[in-house]
Amino acid sequence: METLAINNNTQTGLLVALKTGSREAFARLVDETSGQIYRTALQMLGSEQDAEDVLQNTYIKALRALPGFEGRSSLTTWLYRIAVNEALMLLRQRQPAALSLDETDPFDPEAESAGMELSDFCCLPEGELLTSESRRFMNQAIQSLPPTLRAVFVMRDLEGLSIQETAEALNISESNVKIRLLRARLHLRQKLAGYFGEKTQEARLR
Amino acid sequence: MSEHVHSPQCKQMLGSLSEYIDGALQAELCAAIEEHLKDCPNCRVVINTLRKTVELYEKAVPPAELPSGIRERLFARLELDEFITPPTQPS
Repeated sequence: METLAINNNTQTGLLVALKTGSREAFARLVDETSGQIYRTALQMLGSEQDAEDVLQNTYIKALRALPGFEGRSSLTTWLYRIAVNEALMLLRQRQPAALSLDETDPFDPEAESAGMELSDFCCLPEGELLTSESRRFMNQAIQSLPPTLRAVFVMRDLEGLSIQETAEALNISESNVKIRLLRARLHLRQKLAGYFGEKTQEARLR
Repeated sequence: MSEHVHSPQCKQMLGSLSEYIDGALQAELCAAIEEHLKDCPNCRVVINTLRKTVELYEKAVPPAELPSGIRERLFARLELDEFITPPTQPS
């Protein structure tokens, strides 16, 4: 997994330039981070057009908010935070019901373990696991996650933020990040086990 | 396709699985999970497929590149047009 583009040392210099209103520094910030921000928005929303809107709004908001940025989190975490909030806001407008299932309840092993799929797809060859068809299925599975779980999974497992950075970006506790991450992963595991289980059966019947 | 038969131990373990596969769980709890896994093939499948799920998603992450049209529109929207440098020429 790639590391975040801006490390602490370059960040300090860049931040000083950004605070003085340097447009060149802002252009540099955009170039160093926009690939990750766009990818995050795309994984959150599943639509290129929506992702582009969120991308643009993220940097417009960042530009306005820069004077008040105190550097408590890294610039990248801060941008992730703006982008994910923008994406969640868009989803809330589109499907208000989806966000009311709030994932702040305590973890319930009883509910989470009901009807678990047990097909063991671990030993399928990698070539069969990562076909373009299964990649499409994997993307759809992300979209089937409740948005607040999706946000945690995207930041932690796809973008590689730490638990602490994910918590900062979402303004929730680290233990809440862990619970949501577990739920998201179990949900995706279940989907994939169902999908690859069917594939294995089809292959046997052929 | 079979379904998981859950003992109280299986359920107790479920809440720690994510940290277990990340290697972020305390040694004691790890040991308890590993002990349980010896006798519980179903939980072994759940753990292995959970780990595989995360691995597959990590491998399938697309590169963090901005398609060039999107970059140009973004720079225009931010009034940063003068910083759009021509794409690097192939050598």
